Amino acid sequence: MKVLVPVKRVVDYNVKIRVKSDKTGVDLANVKMSMNPFDEISVEEAVRLKEAGVATEVIAVSVGPQQAQETIRTALAMGADRGILVKTDAEVEPLGVAKILKELVGAESPDLVIAGKQAIDDDSNQTGQMLAALLGWSQATFASELEIADGKAKVTREIDGGLQTIEVSMPAVVTADLRLNEPRYASLPNIMKAKKKPIDEKTVEELGVDIAPRLTVLEVTEPAAREAGVKVETVAELVDKLKNEAGVIG
Amino acid sequence: MALDLETRNQLLDTIRRFVRERLVPLEGQVAEDDEVPAEIVQEMRELGLFGLSIDPEHGGLGLNMEEECLVALELGWTSPAFRSVFGTNVGIGSQGLIMDGREDQKAHWLPLLATGEKIASFALTEPEAGSDAGSVRTSAIRDGDHYIMNGTKRFITNADKASVFTVMARTNPDVKGAGGISAFFVPRETPGVSVGLPEKKMGQHGAHVCDVIFDDAKVPAECLIGDHEGVGFKTAMKVLDRGRLHISAVCTGVAERLIDEMTRYAAERKQFGQAIGDFQLIQAMLADSKMEAYAARCMILDAAKKRDAGENVSVEGSCCKLFASEMVGRVADRAVQVFGGAGYIADFGIERFYRDVRLFRIYEGTSQVQQTIIGKAMLRAVRD
Ligand SMILES: Cc1cc2nc3c(=O)[nH]c(=O)nc-3n(C[C@H](O)[C@H](O)[C@H](O)COP(=O)(O)OP(=O)(O)OC[C@H]3O[C@@H](n4cnc5c(N)ncnc54)[C@H](O)[C@@H]3O)c2cc1C
Repeated sequence: MKVLVPVKRVVDYNVKIRVKSDKTGVDLANVKMSMNPFDEISVEEAVRLKEAGVATEVIAVSVGPQQAQETIRTALAMGADRGILVKTDAEVEPLGVAKILKELVGAESPDLVIAGKQAIDDDSNQTGQMLAALLGWSQATFASELEIADGKAKVTREIDGGLQTIEVSMPAVVTADLRLNEPRYASLPNIMKAKKKPIDEKTVEELGVDIAPRLTVLEVTEPAAREAGVKVETVAELVDKLKNEAGVIG
Repeated sequence: MALDLETRNQLLDTIRRFVRERLVPLEGQVAEDDEVPAEIVQEMRELGLFGLSIDPEHGGLGLNMEEECLVALELGWTSPAFRSVFGTNVGIGSQGLIMDGREDQKAHWLPLLATGEKIASFALTEPEAGSDAGSVRTSAIRDGDHYIMNGTKRFITNADKASVFTVMARTNPDVKGAGGISAFFVPRETPGVSVGLPEKKMGQHGAHVCDVIFDDAKVPAECLIGDHEGVGFKTAMKVLDRGRLHISAVCTGVAERLIDEMTRYAAERKQFGQAIGDFQLIQAMLADSKMEAYAARCMILDAAKKRDAGENVSVEGSCCKLFASEMVGRVADRAVQVFGGAGYIADFGIERFYRDVRLFRIYEGTSQVQQTIIGKAMLRAVRD
């Protein structure tokens, strides 16, 4: 069984991001970039499937600029077998990524795609679902457990207020939630060996996909600064404020 | 062979993340328990940290000196006790064998050391031989196909966990100085070898030192490092020479961590209605610390690059060790000052670093020994 894992290069989760002064987006100049944390979880899950003998090959795919190759290398260091970089300097919306992935799925015929449930830059939470729809495959989103047996995937999903366990037939698209696993640190020897694993480069034109944006960003702004709180003197005053000012208790 | 930039960055990035996500949160606990948790040691093994300096042919990473220093700078960001877990396998414990060992010795031991399956310690210091390491009294007298070893080694890092010791002992009692000393790679289970209880120390809790005692220990002749007696002191000095750059980088990493801590604190803490960082007297402490840490970083990487290019950097190495270890002492002192009362209180962790870094001016050659090495070399150069 082949597993395809899309990995996105995003602003590192430790970076304090700044909005560009012209409000067109986030300032990316000299900002540290890393693999989307949810994608690390999907790579980890795929590698575990391989280590358990369930998967035979793990392919890491990234859509992005030349530097996205580093993100693929990280996946290779974690244990993926090979990579595919679909090179583009354009901003690609979730639908565009889903279409590109559909073409790659067509070429590679994996039985399973494990994607992150969302990327921490735009928080779209759409690519996995769109890909499943385009392929006509089963989908199981927000996975916190994944078990593969007899051509089916048993997936525990994190839903509002609890967990839902579903069984979907393969091939399927699964999206990884935070608790699916704890991704490993790539070992230093594996980081060095990853250099020797192959990364294929493709272009969007080669794949014949239209990635023209469907959306227009009107404005990007920083969240409103939090105002300082107030100190209350007594419990009675607190209750009064909660009732009459905040309106959170009746 | 040097790594390409992308691989090197990925390596350093991974170590940085490991240090900050896994080790930093445990600093207080490790000091309290005087023990690095077993699962952390296992993670260090899986990460490959024990094999940083051992060549790939023997199962390690084979980093060059510059790369090793860059890694040590990252490792310095947390309690030095963590680095000690694998520090002797990377440095003083293994290097004697790597530099002067026979191929059969290396083939047997290095793969075990690279994975961290076995720990190696370096046993030079004795109760009566510290800075004057050439005066070691531990004896190893050849008796057929064995050496009979007698003596006590003192303050030996990781001795409680070690499976094997690099031991400097006198094989020729008639030669009083360094020329009578040979180096051995002695397995712990050798009959007559025993290890004392860990000493109580000022800082770096979680890293242990003990006596190692040889009482008519029957050491097989093949444990001699290399093929010749009488060159063990040279081996020891080469090992320490190389280790100085690594230790200097650790010192500088700790200084950078402390500078980060004190700058954040100075930006937050308010007195007289403003952040203390806005007082120029506080800024002076921050700026002096930054300047000194930057100077140390530059010195270390310069010396490391020269060493990788094949130059003899014995003097530069001593300059780095002298400057970086004294520098981190000054920086730790300023960090306590910037934190004020909080700097003296254990919960903030600053006083712990203050105690931890005190060791750097003492081991692997005291500051006075470094000064002596540098000064002697300078005079030798003009006299020759
Ligand atoms: C935590 C810890 C870990 C250690 N780990 C190891 C280890 O793994 N392996 C190992 O072999 N050793 C180890 N040591 C020993 C360490 O290397 C020695 O303590 C150090 O070399 C100093 O020797 P000493 O303690 O005998 O001090 P001494 O040599 O007695 O020095 C006392 C003072 O006299 C000064 N002095 C000595 N000679 C001169 C001189 N010629 N000119 C001017 N001043 C001089 C010294 O600088 C120092 O200030 C460790 C020590 C500690 C504390």
